[in-house]
Amino acid sequence: MMDVRVAERQTDLEILRYNPEIAGEPKLERYTVPTKTEWCVLDALNYLKDNVDPTLTYRWSCHMQVCGSCGMMINGEPKLACKAMLRDYPGVIRIEPLAHFPVERDLVAVADDFLAKLKRVKPYLIPLEKRLPEDGEYRQTPAQLKRYRQFAMCINCMLCYAACPEYGLHPKFIGPAAISLAHRYNRDSRDGGRDERQEEIATAEGVWECTFVGACSEVCPKHVDPAAALQQVKVASTVDWYLEHFMSWVQK
Amino acid sequence: MAKSNKPIIWGAFAAGGEAVSLVAPAIILLTLLAAIGRVPPGLSYEQMHSFAAGWFGKLVLFAIVFLSLWSQAHRLRITCFDFGLRADGLVATLFYMLAGAASLWLILILGNI
Repeated sequence: MMDVRVAERQTDLEILRYNPEIAGEPKLERYTVPTKTEWCVLDALNYLKDNVDPTLTYRWSCHMQVCGSCGMMINGEPKLACKAMLRDYPGVIRIEPLAHFPVERDLVAVADDFLAKLKRVKPYLIPLEKRLPEDGEYRQTPAQLKRYRQFAMCINCMLCYAACPEYGLHPKFIGPAAISLAHRYNRDSRDGGRDERQEEIATAEGVWECTFVGACSEVCPKHVDPAAALQQVKVASTVDWYLEHFMSWVQK
Repeated sequence: MAKSNKPIIWGAFAAGGEAVSLVAPAIILLTLLAAIGRVPPGLSYEQMHSFAAGWFGKLVLFAIVFLSLWSQAHRLRITCFDFGLRADGLVATLFYMLAGAASLWLILILGNI
């Protein structure tokens, strides 16, 4: 009996090629590669680069859905190439760089905009109380950990930006991942930096640009549910607004 | 960048969304029951009329209907945008004015009870 897991097939790939050093528009090129059923799209790309066209350019690192480097559009949907299994794609597989980002070369998207936004929202612990190493560690209960753990799973793969129609329309939008990460630190019992982050995210370019389409949560490979994070930020920012305008004596 | 004043609009929108999804189905169900002649106990015409005639009843009805109208106007505006109708200023003015006009009409109706 043939083992279906190692069955081979010829897979047709349509890959968007673009080389800035050669004049011309990005265009789709067709390749056929021998693949195995248990391969992911990234395996097929690696085969192609190793055996057919070494100039093919794309980002990848871990091959295990942890590093967040190999995000690309696969049949028009933002996916991690290491998580998209060939067996789920019977026909020709169209592979393009992440939508809504400029193309650097072939499947490599320019991530500068996202990285600048990430920096703006201060996605790191701003300690509530300064402690020296001799004071011991910051302690946290399992319940306190649970408040933010889901949002800490983000791997910065930018699939949510490629899925978000609002980001496509308004590139200034800080976007799902950066706001979710700000929220992750805002909900951390050890953190005291919420006021600083709110200056960035409780703005028109921040959470208020979101219209709760929810595509970010559908494509997130780590089940962060950015749409939920943004809704929670909206509720908290609304409470802030009323406190700031009508009950300014109340501690937020 | 300054913090946004959007919470005023969004707070009412979110409250309206809750009203539409929680209260409206209950009202539809009760109305349907009444239509087939099975009025639930305590919800007879006379009792509902006296509820709507008091200032508290008027306030509750106004809040539910106003918030629902507001949230649906906002949702229609955003749906238009998502479907590619990008004249947002015009669309927003139109839907919010509709919701506003319906709210004024509601005040008249409640005032006459």
